[in-house]
Amino acid sequence: MTEADTETRTVVVEREFAHPPEKIWRALTQPHLIADWLMQNDFVLAPGHRFNFSAEWGTLDCEVLEIEPNATLAYSWCGLGLESVVTWTLSPSAAGTRLRMEQTGFRADQKLAYHGARAGWPKFLDRLDHLLGRID
Amino acid sequence: MPDAQDVLFRTLADPTRRSIFERLCRDGEQTVGALTAHAGVSQPAVSKHLGLLKTAGLVRDRQAGRQTHYSAEPRALAPLADWTKEMAGFWTGRFDALDDLLKRMDN
Repeated sequence: MTEADTETRTVVVEREFAHPPEKIWRALTQPHLIADWLMQNDFVLAPGHRFNFSAEWGTLDCEVLEIEPNATLAYSWCGLGLESVVTWTLSPSAAGTRLRMEQTGFRADQKLAYHGARAGWPKFLDRLDHLLGRID
Repeated sequence: MPDAQDVLFRTLADPTRRSIFERLCRDGEQTVGALTAHAGVSQPAVSKHLGLLKTAGLVRDRQAGRQTHYSAEPRALAPLADWTKEMAGFWTGRFDALDDLLKRMDN
């Protein structure tokens, strides 16, 4: 193990929506609505509930960690080479709601890096295509 | 002018080389003989591929008696597998889909 292998990193995506927090909360917590914009799931709004997100590219193991209705929702997000926590924060704003998604986590071992490499192939192939245009 | 990343891309562009590297990532350290059994090409060809993977920093070798054992250096892929970039792209797309859903939902 090296420092680089266990380094924790964070991704933040924020956006303002012209909808009230209560409505966005429903989209974040009702399984059929979550499935519409995120992934198939067996989510239940209950602390400690374990659930899965699934898509054609794989399955994630998750657990509900924090619930503050219409304000904060956190769940673990593990699998496909990543151990992480996703935290949603909803803040009322003049236009409606500012929604913030923060994902903090790390890749750990060789096996995980392998999955990361697999996930990286499509991007890699794009770069390769670009590269091939530049070299003899 | 090829840089280190170009070397990485070029090395992994070959499907046989990529499958050898993936096998080492998945199954851990192996001998040339064990890799040849799965590669579908001759042992000299596998050795040549391993040499190129080693030059790119993707594998390392270890001599044990008459056998050379190879293992993957997946950290060499770090520039290609920065998960924060992957996930930022993923979430931006999901935010778009959420926006679309919110427009369709009743208040």
